[in-house]
Amino acid sequence: MTSNPNKARGIKRRINQGFWLALLRLAILISLLFLVVFLVMIFAKGGKVLSLSFLLQAPKEGMTAGGIFPAILGTLCLTILTLILALPLGVFAAIYLSEYAKTSHFVNIIRTAINTLAGVPSIVFGLFGLAVFVNMFKFGVSMLSGSLTLAILILPIIINASEEAIKTVPDSFREAAYALGATKRQTITKIVFPAALPNILTGAIISVGRAAGETAPILFTAATFYTRKLPTSVMDEVMALPYHIYALMTEGTAPKQQVPIAYGTSVVLLLLVLSVNLIAIIIRYRMRKRKKW
Amino acid sequence: MLGNLSVWHIVSIFKEGYPIFKIFGVIKFLFTRGWFPTHEEPSFGILALIVGSIVVTVGSLIVAIPLGVGSAIFLSEIAGFKTREFLKPFIELLAGIPSVIYGLFGMAFLAPFIMRLFNLPTGLNAFTTSIILGIMVVPIISSISEDAISSIPKELREASYALGANKWETIYRVVLPAAKSGIIASIILGFGRAVGETMLVLMVAGGSAIIPKSIFSPVRPMTSAIAAEMGEAVVGSDHYHALFGIAIVLFIITFLSNLITESVKRKVMKSIGL
Repeated sequence: MTSNPNKARGIKRRINQGFWLALLRLAILISLLFLVVFLVMIFAKGGKVLSLSFLLQAPKEGMTAGGIFPAILGTLCLTILTLILALPLGVFAAIYLSEYAKTSHFVNIIRTAINTLAGVPSIVFGLFGLAVFVNMFKFGVSMLSGSLTLAILILPIIINASEEAIKTVPDSFREAAYALGATKRQTITKIVFPAALPNILTGAIISVGRAAGETAPILFTAATFYTRKLPTSVMDEVMALPYHIYALMTEGTAPKQQVPIAYGTSVVLLLLVLSVNLIAIIIRYRMRKRKKW
Repeated sequence: MLGNLSVWHIVSIFKEGYPIFKIFGVIKFLFTRGWFPTHEEPSFGILALIVGSIVVTVGSLIVAIPLGVGSAIFLSEIAGFKTREFLKPFIELLAGIPSVIYGLFGMAFLAPFIMRLFNLPTGLNAFTTSIILGIMVVPIISSISEDAISSIPKELREASYALGANKWETIYRVVLPAAKSGIIASIILGFGRAVGETMLVLMVAGGSAIIPKSIFSPVRPMTSAIAAEMGEAVVGSDHYHALFGIAIVLFIITFLSNLITESVKRKVMKSIGL
């Protein structure tokens, strides 16, 4: 008889646990279900319109037929130019912050500024690009304005990733280099930087995925719904994949023909961004296993 | 140099937005409801836009917090090693999907579905936006919460088991309190992401700049007002400055939420002795 209240309590505890653990399982199941439905829908609907001519032709008949080649090219150009602008600056800044900067108060302020910049909504970057690059510097709506805007957007990502990468290089590496008589600059260029390079690249790759997928920053700085000519210089306005999706869904008069093209464009953009991110994740997992220190 | 860059960024936004506060007044700008920027007698009260942002952000967090935190607890405490190693990169991958694709999904698939389900005049409303924005924020909340939960030392759990607690009691009484600040940081980050999201709300929220009567009304959050109207605003006009004024409000909101995240992070670092 004495064990009965205890037994009842034990059963209650077990039921309680079963209930909550089931709820947790439900949470991940619902999340995954949503995300899988989302991906399957995009790929199923977009896969239908995907073909070689879709990838290699220009849009025809007022956006109701043809392909998306100019948008693919535009996104590639924008992304590459963005990386050219942001990567050297970001890496130098990270090297400075982690290897040279001493006064911790000053560095803290810079770091807070960088992190603040990282959280600012992308549309605010778009307005900044409009005010400064398009209007003040008179670059107009162009690839250059768009890439500069995107470069500022991804700088915090590159700086943070590079700084983390440099921090993980053990101090014993640096001490060994100094012991052999290397100068600080030699130590950084010959020892620290090569050791940190794979992780720096991972950060760069992730930021490429981000730059390729952003729409709001290029809305007023670089993108155009339709242009007949392919970009020939950095001062041209360009078509871009994410903006193309938005424009197809909100502009134009023939939604019946435009929505499938938007799905097709989404599949191309999704494959681009996901494969880029997948590469970064694979590199990171490999590195984690192969790390010598 | 970089400090300069971010200062420069902030200054140019403030410079372009300041005139509207002078012309229209800060209080009137923030707390009146008439947003008629192109009328003959224009009015620049952004209250309806702020309410629009609040409604979709809160709505999306109601969707995302239980799903995101629940998934994080499942991944770190219940899932086996293999499941975790597979699902964690998968979720990280999903966090990188461009928001314009979520917008397409919301517009072309979810909105018509919601419209039929609830018999509404339009599926492009605050409710649909909250759901799809919530789905977008789930990977952010779950991946950062998972980091926070997995960084709790094993000894805490073992001590709890040794005292006779079962799995759920250990999670609820020991693990979650210890990971509290990391989880809060992930929620604040998700909040910042939801407030600042532009393309998705521009495409799905419906775009009417009036204070919504119910969650099934169309709304125009701040970000979508900027994106939708900047194209036609004349450079240097009151409307142009008003849109920069909205950007200042957005900037301040995200700045504050970032500050909170940073201080929480620092506190966590200290508490685990870093």
